[in-house]
Parts: sequence; C-alpha cells; structure tokens
Amino acid sequence: MSDVSDIRMQVMWNRLVSVVEEQALTLLRTAFSTSVRESGDLSAGVFNPRGEMLAQAVTGTPGHVNTMAEAVLQFMNEIPHEEMFEGDTYVTNDPWQGTGHLHDITMVSPSFLNGELVAFFACTAHVVDVGGRGFGADGKSVYEEGIQIPIMKFAERGEVNRDLIRILRANVREPNQVVGDFYSLAACNDVGHRRLVDMMNEIGLTSLDALGAFIFSRTHDAMLERIRALPKGTWSNELVTDGYDEPVRLAAAVTVHDSHIDVDFTGSSPMSRWGINVPIIYSKAYACYALKCVVAPDIPNNAASLAFFTVSSPTNILNAARPAPVALRHVIGHMVPDLILGALTKALPGKILAEGAAALWNIHISVRPSNGVAGRRAEVLMFNSGGMGARPSLDGLSATAFPSGVHTMPIEATEHTGPIVIWRKELRPDSGGDGEFRGGLGQVIEIAPLEGHEFDFSAMFDRVRHPAKGRNGGGDGAAGVVRLDDGTLLRPKGWQHVPAGRRLVMELPGGGGYGDPARRDARARAEDKSKGYVSENDQ
Amino acid sequence: MTSRTDDIRLGADIGGTFTDIALDLRGTIFSTKVLTNYAAPEQAILDGIAIVIRDAGISPAEIGLVIHGTTLATNALIERRGARTALVTTEGFRDVIEMRTENRFEQYNLNLKLPTPLIPREHRFTVKGRIGAEGQELQPLDEAALEQIADTIAASGFGAVAIGFIHSYMNPAHERRAREILARRLSVPISISAEVSPQMREFERFNTVCANAYVRPQMADYLARLQVRLKDMGANCPVFMIHSGGGLISVETASEFPVRLVESGPAGGAIFAADIARRFDLDSVVSYDMGGTTAKICLIEDFAPQTARTFEVARTYRFCKGSGMPISIPVIEMIEIGAGGGSLAWVDAMGRIQTGPESAGSEPGPACYGRGGERPAITDADLLLGKLDPDNFAGGAIRLDTAASLRAITRDVGDRLSLEPLAAAFGICEVVDENMANAARVHAVENGKNISDNVMIAFGGAAPLHAARLCEKLGLDRCLVPQGAGVGSAIGFLKAPFGYEALASKLVRLSQFRADEVNALLADLKASAESFVRAGTSGIIRREITAFMRYAGQGWEIPVPLPDEPFGDNAAAGLAEAFRRNYARFFGRAIDGLDGLEIEVVTWSVKASDERPAPERHAITTGTRTVPARDTRAVFDPATGTMQISAIVERASLAPGDRVPGPAVIVERETSTVVTTTFDAVMQSDGGILLVRKEIAA
Repeated sequence: MSDVSDIRMQVMWNRLVSVVEEQALTLLRTAFSTSVRESGDLSAGVFNPRGEMLAQAVTGTPGHVNTMAEAVLQFMNEIPHEEMFEGDTYVTNDPWQGTGHLHDITMVSPSFLNGELVAFFACTAHVVDVGGRGFGADGKSVYEEGIQIPIMKFAERGEVNRDLIRILRANVREPNQVVGDFYSLAACNDVGHRRLVDMMNEIGLTSLDALGAFIFSRTHDAMLERIRALPKGTWSNELVTDGYDEPVRLAAAVTVHDSHIDVDFTGSSPMSRWGINVPIIYSKAYACYALKCVVAPDIPNNAASLAFFTVSSPTNILNAARPAPVALRHVIGHMVPDLILGALTKALPGKILAEGAAALWNIHISVRPSNGVAGRRAEVLMFNSGGMGARPSLDGLSATAFPSGVHTMPIEATEHTGPIVIWRKELRPDSGGDGEFRGGLGQVIEIAPLEGHEFDFSAMFDRVRHPAKGRNGGGDGAAGVVRLDDGTLLRPKGWQHVPAGRRLVMELPGGGGYGDPARRDARARAEDKSKGYVSENDQ
Repeated sequence: MTSRTDDIRLGADIGGTFTDIALDLRGTIFSTKVLTNYAAPEQAILDGIAIVIRDAGISPAEIGLVIHGTTLATNALIERRGARTALVTTEGFRDVIEMRTENRFEQYNLNLKLPTPLIPREHRFTVKGRIGAEGQELQPLDEAALEQIADTIAASGFGAVAIGFIHSYMNPAHERRAREILARRLSVPISISAEVSPQMREFERFNTVCANAYVRPQMADYLARLQVRLKDMGANCPVFMIHSGGGLISVETASEFPVRLVESGPAGGAIFAADIARRFDLDSVVSYDMGGTTAKICLIEDFAPQTARTFEVARTYRFCKGSGMPISIPVIEMIEIGAGGGSLAWVDAMGRIQTGPESAGSEPGPACYGRGGERPAITDADLLLGKLDPDNFAGGAIRLDTAASLRAITRDVGDRLSLEPLAAAFGICEVVDENMANAARVHAVENGKNISDNVMIAFGGAAPLHAARLCEKLGLDRCLVPQGAGVGSAIGFLKAPFGYEALASKLVRLSQFRADEVNALLADLKASAESFVRAGTSGIIRREITAFMRYAGQGWEIPVPLPDEPFGDNAAAGLAEAFRRNYARFFGRAIDGLDGLEIEVVTWSVKASDERPAPERHAITTGTRTVPARDTRAVFDPATGTMQISAIVERASLAPGDRVPGPAVIVERETSTVVTTTFDAVMQSDGGILLVRKEIAA
C-alpha cells in the first residue's frame, strides 16, 4: 500500500501548511505596528530539527520569507541543543543573522513533543522603532541605527527575559508598541507549536522525519525538472539606481547549471557611506524570489526548493560587511529582482516583464506641533507603490507592490495615527512607459501637516534619477519626483522638513513598457485616453 | 401581520441553479425545487409556490408571510450586470477602488490580473471638500462644482449614483449635502457610503457603496415585480427579505440597501443549522454545507451564527483571498472554499493530487453524469468508492456512468501517479476532505475556538457523503444530518428573526471614556436598529450590544459583548476587564506588564431582533435498537484504506431510536449519508440522522 501511504503524506503536508497559516494569522491579528497588521510585512514558517525549512505561510513578503529560511541555522549555531528547553523563545534583530536591518525582529522557538525536539517555528516582523536615529539612511554605521539584539533567549521555559524587556523599553521611542510586538511574535510561534503537537498526536507521529523526506524529495524532483528545461549558460546584467548622494551600479551574472542556478554580484558598486547597504542574506532573498517567479512559481518555498539557488559576491553594496549602515537595505534590495530578471531575459527572450518602480516608496513621518502651539506628536509610517513593468502579453499593474509583498495602509487609518492630512493618493497619468503593452502607472501622493503642526520625514525613494527601463522596444516609465507644493525640489533620500502650511508632493515612478509602441492595439490606446491613464494632450 | 395566517410562512431561496421553496404549515414543511429562471426570477418563485400550496392543500390567500433570499445581487456583481453607475468622491481619491490594497494576491504569479473596478475611471467624478479624521471640516464642500457634476451625470445616461467621501463615517454632512444637490437634478437612486457602510477604511467603504448603487435599480425593479405578481396570484401577505446578517428587513429597506442581500442564501443555511442547534440544545455547533461548487463552514455559538463586519464577494481567482471585492456590512461569517461535488481533481508539479477550485458545475458536470464532462470531479471519486448508488442518484433522475468516472480518474490522476483507480479516488477524497478540515480548523482558531468541542450539522447535496470522514479528521464525535437538508436555506428563512445590526465607528480610549457620550451614541444605534425591526414585528425586541476592542496600536479588533444598560462613570474598568478576558480567549494570553498600554473601542454595534418562538425541543438519542441490514454494498473506508461490506439502509425505513452500525450508507431521494467504520447512525425523533462515534454507547 505504498501508494496510499503517499496520499497520507500529502494530506499531512497540507496540514502542516495549515499550521503555519494559523501561526501567521495570529501575528497579523495581534501585531501593533501598522507595517505588520495592515501591510503584512512578516513571515512565518516551520523547520525540522536540522534547521531546514519544511513549510512557510503563504502570507508574507519575500524579503522576510527567504531570509528567515536561513536564520534558524544561525540560532542553532549560537544556542547549543542542550540549552534548548520546552517553552523557550529565541530572538535577534541582527541584520546579518536575521533579515537585513535592525527594524525586523526574528523569533525562533523549539517545539518539543514528549521531551524530544521535533521542530522549530520561526517568524519575523517589522517593528515601529528600534531607537538610534530612527528609520532612515543617515546612520554612518549600524551602531547609529538602533539597539542591536544578538541571538539570545527572549523566554526560557516560558519565563520572559525581563532584563531584555527593560533594556528595550529604555532604547526605543514607542516602548509599548515594540514590546507588544515582541509578545505577538512569541505568541505566534506558540500557536504554531500547539497546532503541530495536536497534529502529531492525532496522526500518531513522533517525528517529522518521514514527512520532511517526502516534502523535500517531491520538491527536489519538481525543481530539478524545471531547471533541466532551462537553457544552460551565463547571462549578465547591470542597472544603475539613484543611491544616496551618487548613483549605485548593480551587476549580476546568472549561471544556469545542469542542476542549480548561481547568481554572482561581482561588479556592483562598493559599499555606500549611507544606510542603503544590503547584507547578502537579503540580496539572496530577493534573487531567489526573482528566480522562483520565473522558474517555479507553483513549487512551494522550502529548504529543498531554495537549495537550487546559490548566491555569491565579493564585499560590496549587495554584500555589505558589518558594521555598515543597512537601515534602508530594502531600497537597493528591491532592485535585485529587476537586475536578475534583466539577465534572465537574455536566456528566455520574450518571457520576462519590463522593469518597474521596484522599491516601495516608504515614508516615515515624525510630526509635531509648530512652535508654541498645542498639538500631538506622532511617528507615522506609510508604504506606497509605483507601477509594475509591462508583461509580455499584458499591461503592467498600476500602483502595485513588486517585488515586495506588502499592502498599503488605508489613509483613513493612517490619519488616525497622527496629525497629518493626506490630500491626494491617486494614479499618476502618463507615468507608464509606452509599448505594445503599457507599463503600470505610478501614483501621486500629497501630505500636509494638520493645521498647527509641521513634520520631518525620512525619504526612502528610488528611481528619481533612473527610471524603469522598457523591454523589447517599450518606453521607459516616468521617473519619480519629490517636491513641495510650491515647487521646491526635495531629495529622494534622507530626513527633510515640511513646514506648517505646505504640502509634500510625491510622484511615484511608473513601470516600463513592453514591445514596440507602434504595435499597441488602437482600442487599448483609446481606453488609455478615455480613462485618463494617458492625458489628452499627451502624444 | 394578523394572527390568522401568521403561522403559515413561505420561504423562497433563489440560488444559482435552483430556486427552493419551503412552506411551513403550522409546523409541517412542504418543499420543492424548481430551476432558477434568470430572465424572470419571480416566475420560478410563483411556479414553486403553486406546487407547495397544492401539496399542502391551501390557497395563496392563506399564506401569512413570504420570506425571500436571493443570490441575484451577488450574481449581478459577479457577472457585472448592474446599472451604469457614477461615483462621486473626494478630490484626490478618484482611484481608491482601482488601487485597492496595492498588493498582489498571488506572490509568484507575474501574469496576475487584478479585478476590474466595478465603476470604470471615466465614471468617477471628484469634488473638493474634506472631513478630517476627527470628523472636523478641513475644507468646505464645493457645491458649485457638484451642480456641474449633476449636469454631466444627467446628460450621460447613468442609472445610479454612489457617493463616497473620506472620513464620512465620522461625519456624513458632506455626503448628505452632496446627495441633496444631486437629487435636485437627477431622478436616479443615490447611495451614500455613510448610510450603506459607516465603517473606517476607504477602499472597503467606497467599494460597498458602489456595489449598492450598482445593483440597486435592478433589485428594486425585481422586488417591485415580485410583489405585484404575488398579489396577482392572490397572496396578499407581506414580503420580507433575508439579509446577509441573517435577519429580516422590509422590501423597502432592501430596495434602498440591496447590497445587504448579498450572501443571503448561505445566511439562510446558517440560520437553518442554528434552529436545529436550538432544537437539540447544542451550544457549540459547526455547520457544514457542501454543494456542487463550494463548501461553506460556519460556527454557531449559543444558537447564534458568528457574524463579521466585512467579507469578500466575486473572487476572480481560485477563491483566492484578495481577488474579489470587499463588502463591509454585517454578515454571517462563513468560510467558503472551492470544494463541492463538481470540483475537479488534478495533479500538480510535485505529484500531489489537488482538488478545485475549478468546478464542472452542473453542465457538463462530473464525468459520471455522461453529459460530456471528461475530467474527474469529487462526485466521480465518491462513485468509485461506492458511496453513491449509480442507479439511484438524485432520486434516479440521473443514471451515473461508473465507467466514465473510472476513465477520467485513471487518465487524470491514476496514470500520472501510478495509482490504482481506487487509490486515486481515495486520494481525491482525502485531499478534498483535508482541505475542508483545515479550513474549519483555521476558522475556529480565528474565532478563538477549538473545533473539536463542536457538534457538526451537515447539509447540502454533497455534505452527508463527506461528513463522517470530516468528523474523523476534526476529532468531532457527533454530527447531525437534518431532514430537509436539500432545501436548508429556504427552511432557514422561515426561522429567521426580524433583525438588524446598526454599527458606528467611533474611537474611544478607555482612559478618556465618557459615559454620557457613549450612552448617547448607543441610544442612537438602538433607535436605528429597532426602527428597522419594528417595521416587521410587534413582538418583544432583544438587543445585543458589542464593542469591537483592541490594545491601542493594534489593527485587529475582537468583539466584546456588553451588558444592555447605560454605562456609569466608572464603567471603563469593567470594559478593560471584559476585553482582557476575551483577548486571552482569542490569543492565549493578555499582554501584561505594559504600563500605559491603552485599550480602545473602535466600533460599536447594536443588534436588535424580535424573539422567535423556541422550536419544539428534541433530545438527542444514541439509539434504542440496532437495525439489521438487508442490503449491502462494498464501500471504501478511509480510516482502514480498504473496501468494507456496508449496510445499505433507506432513510425512510428508520424509526426514531434505530441505530445503524457503520460501515453503512443511508440512502434517500436527494442524497446519501455515509457512515464510516468509526461511526454509527441513529435516527432522531425529528427525522434527523445523528452520526455518533462507536465508543459513545447506545
């Protein structure tokens, strides 16, 4: 009856995925920071006792998911097996061992059944503050970017480490919310653990070894088939992005071998003096994500599927060495998929979408009453997206996050978190690159302090000087613009000021077009005009 | 309503395929199914009524009350067959319903298509005027511009208008004023978001008001026609509509707020299950409704189905969360997954069997229907496993072709995985059952419940075939398969209370709790909810007050039931305590040791409903005599993985207290109840079948 036992294995696999979905859901429901609860900036997964990822929640964003996949091994290196107990939870925000910057907290909990270690649960989430200079690119080293928590125990045998909590409270701007999120992360691993134990008891399992072997062998075989079907060779690509004060060059060589794909970042710019450097764990996360979208979108993410991708790089901006500042690693990190996809298009012509806005246009606003006026102080974070590149047979998606997997926040919720007014958040006409298929539109956002207030904001924007390129003859997307409503141009990165009575205007970049514009369908052109995606006087 | 005919009620449920009619004649149910008539939906109701009143031997004039639910509003949204609608919205926010959440609902699919907005961009008009987050006016409404917009709309042949302004749930003054101005110039119906869905979050609220406006002309016409036709046939009784929250509203209210009719059919199913729960005094129930395309699961606590404040309809991509349109109205909370008798089975790249969400529907149907369906569906697997009698399906209406099922399963699943056909069929059923079990588990956890504490109530054509296995997977000991399961929603309508839930978003931090303010707000909500209910009943009205609360800074609120009495000045401490208790129930532990972590109420709700007479009580029996089997058939048993000789018993032949040991199949006209080896079946005094674990002795 080996065939029927295969079916039982598959059923258990489905059940395990359901366990991690419950784990992620608990985090969404209990989290404090808007980045997690409204935007889904998180991940959750289950690992075997060797630290190999068995399954992950579908909820989550690639930068977290694929970094977390490696993080458990780091915890196992630091905390010996004999010091792991039931009820333990481990924590870190180390950028090189976790997910690339201090704002992300990673927690790992061992799962014991009848005294035996049977699994680990891990989760990550972006918290609202970690002290230091605040969320921005201006730190000269990681030491200025906030509190560093090396891998340690958040809880031992269920007892929370009070000293850690006290140190944390003294070091962050919103202690209640940050500590609340620590508890949420721990709770979500607890829920995963309880559900796993229920599952193993119900089925009568004492270990996940056989199930893990089944998951990995099925995944491995499916991946191998996909990779064997690819053309073999090495393809390179380069792209230039805004950087902080000078342009940054990103370079990659993608080599498809018989049974794996290697990515090398040699030739990329050296590390920046500013906090836009990327630890390689994060560069790798987005490289793997891009490869997987093209090669195996339907194959689950786990240790066996990720094992087909290797990433290497000398020390540079995509492989930053401690103690480089890394707070905004996502701005450059989000460019990695466009970099990789540009190389793959040479291997798979006609199959790859055009470049898009790529990096989220996140903005952190620190708002306060104007001099001598009564009012509120608050820290407000928003995630906003430009346009995606056009696809080989479809227009690009407008105002849609890619490669990131987050949501935007409702502006009504954002206005409740602090005294600001969002006067506009609307599609940006004429921003999609022309082509047989048009690039996705960016958006225009206007934000003012509420009367009697002023604010500083941390700009974390890219593609202001280097717009998204079209593909196969398609036009470039529009570049981004950051300015005040009186026309004053602002910088795309760094902390800047918006005085009372003025509005900050952000025009987010559009995606590149795909194919010769002359081939665009006349009806599609007419619709672009009637809907105002392209203005009447344009072209 | 007069008492003379009040005890004769008629329920009518228009579904995608069938229109179900159920007549309750002083406790006796007469029911029928007729094909839904898309061109004239009311015709199917009239045809059905003619059948049941003939069976019951009454005249149309004797019907005291018609209760109606329909998927017509849902279908209009799915098929985009609504009115040409204009949206008038705040300047700067023209694209809220198009930009959605700026998220891709499937992470790795680069060729994703997002749902098209209900109202295209060229039909969305913006106007200056801005309310702030506290409800204050930041910028006056530009009335002159509105006059111009009115002219444009009047000249462009629109059939309906929606108005959605930022923060209107805090202060609806601009929306109301805009309606006044537009109404002077326009004769089409105008819906405003502060009335349709007074909840924070602009994408959900705007989309809800657009959906309301979009289906309004069509639904209003239909409801008017229905009333005329009923009168013409001599049924002069009042007509009430079932709404998505499971209560009744007048036809006038329904014509104004037709979006509240979305999902009213499934709501009827949940009320049906709740009524059975009350009948047997079961306080924790999970209802399981499996039809041709989907399975729906709902938790019922203390005889009341769980409710939510938002849901998603018209999912465009594999039932994937995020691929549909959000509707923010009070709704009976159900999870729906693409698992029905017609769901197709296939094999993915990992060699895993997958089921659904694609469905063979009723045309061409599963391979065994012999109507051109080539791909294997769940029903084909059920047939191969012996759960269905090919000569006696749907009362013999369709003769099932076992050879066709065998071919389809062998080709699409068996050959690809080197599995014997029987093992492949078993795999298909195991996967679909596991998917349903996982959905039920996650749904329970989301609501702070443990699924294994529940009794299942199973209905819908395919549910009795899968219920016992689902109970095995979920660790449930008892499952009821009620009588009339095939027309459960229509019967449920007959049990629905006159009910209405009024909601208001108003953020109140407990540290700044002011009793007079909150009491005034709740008094308004009570008046509003009761006025809807009073339209339909003169009986006693029951109220449930709920605060949706969270720690300040969180984004997810949990419902906290409150006593129905005015708050005193020191009520905040009691509210905090109630919140902590509920929080611990949902998430394991309250957050302690955080001085200054505030607790807040985000939304207040008052649900008013009339008290329904309690149904006749029945006690669960686990059996008084074991019935010997006359006929047998080989049926696959999932726990042992083998074919087992199983008793075949006619449901009609069983008397209350009769216990049939599993493995067995209890057959009836509309469906079959599969009793696995771990369960026995016991006929109940109300005609329902109880599946009960063998260890629970007779």
